[in-house]
Amino acid sequence: MRAYLLMHATVVVALGCGGQATPRVAPPGADEPKLDVPVPWIDSEGFYPRGVAPVTPPLAASLENPRATTIAIRGATILTATGKTIERGVIVLERGAITQVGGPGTEVPFGARVVDGAGKFVTPGIIDTHSHIGVYAAPASRAHADGNESVAPVTAQARAEYGYWPQDPQIERAAAGGVTAALILPGSANLVGGRGFTVAMRAGRTAGEVAFPGAPPTVKMACGENPKRNYGDKGGPATRMGEYAAFRAAFHEAAAYAAKRASYASARARWEERRRRAAELDQRAGGKGKPIPGEAAPEPVPVDLKLETLAAVLRGEVLVQVHCYRADEMANMMAIAREMGFRIRSFHHALEAYKIRDLLAAEGIAINTWADWWGFKLEAYDGIPENAALVTAQGGRATIHSDSAIGIQRLNQEAAKAMAAGRRAGLAVDEHTALRWITADAAWVLGIDTVTGTLEPGKRADVVLWSASPFSVYARPELVVAGGEVTYERSAGLRPADYELGISTDGGAR
Amino acid sequence: MSRAWLVAAALVIASTGTAAAERIAIVGAKVHVKPGQTLETATVVIDGGRVVSVTAGSATPAGARVIDGKGKVVTAGLIESISGVGLVGVIQEHGANDGQLGARDEVHADPVHAAYDARDGFDPSGVTVPIARSGGITTVVAAPSGGLIAGRAAVFTLDGASEPVAAAASMHAQLGSQGGGAVGGSRGRAIELLREVLDDARVFGRDRAAYERNAKRDMIADRLDLEALQPVLRGAAPLVVSAHAEADIRAALRIARDYRLRLVIAGGTEAWRVAAELAKARVPVVLDPTDNLPRMLEASHVHEARAKLLADAGVPVAVSTLGNGLQARTLRQLAGVAVGDGLSWDQALASVTTVPAAMHGLAGRGTVEKGAIADVVVWSGDPLEVMTAAEVVIIGGVVQPMTSHQTLLLDRYRTLPGAAR
Repeated sequence: MRAYLLMHATVVVALGCGGQATPRVAPPGADEPKLDVPVPWIDSEGFYPRGVAPVTPPLAASLENPRATTIAIRGATILTATGKTIERGVIVLERGAITQVGGPGTEVPFGARVVDGAGKFVTPGIIDTHSHIGVYAAPASRAHADGNESVAPVTAQARAEYGYWPQDPQIERAAAGGVTAALILPGSANLVGGRGFTVAMRAGRTAGEVAFPGAPPTVKMACGENPKRNYGDKGGPATRMGEYAAFRAAFHEAAAYAAKRASYASARARWEERRRRAAELDQRAGGKGKPIPGEAAPEPVPVDLKLETLAAVLRGEVLVQVHCYRADEMANMMAIAREMGFRIRSFHHALEAYKIRDLLAAEGIAINTWADWWGFKLEAYDGIPENAALVTAQGGRATIHSDSAIGIQRLNQEAAKAMAAGRRAGLAVDEHTALRWITADAAWVLGIDTVTGTLEPGKRADVVLWSASPFSVYARPELVVAGGEVTYERSAGLRPADYELGISTDGGAR
Repeated sequence: MSRAWLVAAALVIASTGTAAAERIAIVGAKVHVKPGQTLETATVVIDGGRVVSVTAGSATPAGARVIDGKGKVVTAGLIESISGVGLVGVIQEHGANDGQLGARDEVHADPVHAAYDARDGFDPSGVTVPIARSGGITTVVAAPSGGLIAGRAAVFTLDGASEPVAAAASMHAQLGSQGGGAVGGSRGRAIELLREVLDDARVFGRDRAAYERNAKRDMIADRLDLEALQPVLRGAAPLVVSAHAEADIRAALRIARDYRLRLVIAGGTEAWRVAAELAKARVPVVLDPTDNLPRMLEASHVHEARAKLLADAGVPVAVSTLGNGLQARTLRQLAGVAVGDGLSWDQALASVTTVPAAMHGLAGRGTVEKGAIADVVVWSGDPLEVMTAAEVVIIGGVVQPMTSHQTLLLDRYRTLPGAAR
């Protein structure tokens, strides 16, 4: 009881500063031309981007959700993704946060909706680190192709957020697969495709409504076959040589730009200081406080949104997500990051990560990969099902991502396949590890692991109740809760998207 | 170096492909003899390439190579109804693809390729073959795709055999926006042209001599195409029509009725809305149960339980990757997903064994009954589950190697060459 009270008190304190939360998503254009690093953040290992001060408690303000209901799931096997399995456990969700995770004796608050979980399983909400839902919405058409700003190899100014259609019918299906958060990325046509968009997986009226509160900024880069295929006959890069030259050139340009902006800022500050002093002297001399006549303000250096994002990368304020398949190309990107002085958060797809798993583990760079995709192009030819398990066994960090509006619906099965492949290869991959691939480790890649990805009191109420072990092909989410809100309930069926209304006489997705 | 490995692997496969079928006993396994008939503990004896006995219990027969089946599950080898295995190498490299006629959105100058035969493109030692086999697939219907009529499928076993077990087993056509796009028009234009081609083929078949004398009206298809369509008009080979919209499926049903064709619907997003008619006409549907998105403007009326709805209505349902040559090994997962969405387990097993066998007239395949061709898989557990594996794959009575490009890569990189600094 004492433990419960203490635990509860912590959560109340954590939730208490909810009123101070600043909305992360401003109307288009409102946050520009300022550099927009929205909410300071840190991750569980204490890493925070240079130049950004950590806050305490990190992101707690973002948990408060007035629309959240109080839910208690009782009697289920709870897999916490922290290495714990609680049989016949109880989990309580209040005001958008997890308030209790315990054994059968755990108290359920008065008025809570109590869900019987007997014979079922509870896990953290699934997190997909690589999705194009919303920017390549269904039905597939040119009208819905909003994921690749393929007009130039570097479009760091583009933002997935502005291409995200929050009423994409694929969103409801991803939620029905237990997904509670995802990183929506621009496509890989460009070397730098633009900013990613971390979302809570539910339909909304505006992108702002479904932005994952407090998620740090991300940027998508891509190397290899895609950019050169797209730009080979559009002025280049035409080869991998050209690609890496263009990466380096872009960052050199950004560094020079940042220096110019900085020197303009200090010149402007000095100029303003001189004006202030001159006015002061004028006033002391009995004048009206006029500044020095004739001294023009320094010439402004105009804001360049593309270079602003790259400069933010150089300052370590953006999580860098790189699409890369081959081992040698990942090594090339690591070398460029070292040369230019930024960090890579993770490689995406990374089918040959197993060949350089020692280097990846040493640098603390995560990989996001599939269970068994391979061969759809030459740079994907050497993909093997043991990839995630080998990287994990090396001490590296891996996730299973989807990159597919179909695959996102059953990442639990994909993790199960990758786990089974690892075990058959003699690697010790337990269910906790496999679960972390699609929860806690994915949260780390997105920089939201202090608020979600595990089932612990004080974390966001991102929770899935499964009909059976999530590592079974027959298991289905029965209840999915994101930020304390029910986003899918199997007994109620799939909520049709606006687009699907009226398609049939029965008026639904049926 | 990796090339050398591939060649070595291919040699292993080729040599086993010609190996003599031995006497094998799988002892004490749970045996799914066929959908709906399961023995909890049984022994399967294979000899001369056939299943010679399936008996309850764990008695070990003399003179056989024994495979311990305790705790294992035995099924017939899986059959992939529409496959790119052996036809597809690397999807984005055209030189490595021998099943697809041009890009999907391309308008084809010549959209009718009835005479194209997938048999001519199938590579029995291709890199996709052992990887598909590792997923318990023993037989594939290697099928072309693209255009209006893509051509003829050939049925191959995945044991390195270079000759098909059934040639010209089915004709593959495409309606809908993709078929319409290929003929440079609407969905309706694709239907119109398909009728035109079938009509030409019928006229051609009735009087070849007149055709040779040039005493016939103009035909929109070439002579070899018209010839290739004759088995379809006779009902000897099914016409597999890729169609998703309810309207296209109904149009295909009318065409089948008018020309007395054996029809198979592939894809079938909205087929569940035509279930009664499909059942009445005994038209099977080949589908991917995970394809549940309203991704096509013409066929937005999706239903995640359509495999169950079709099966419940009496439609034979085959589960398939629909031509994915690289991911064929996920076939059993797709069947498992259908079970999670309501299909019975036995119907799911049938969807990847007996239904495809019946669809392509593959006598003796798809079951582990006495007398069946010995295409048999020993699984570590429930074959439709994602955590299990095919442990032993037997094709035509021969135990197959499990080595592939991927297992060799794993072996090579199991230990790293040392810190690269």
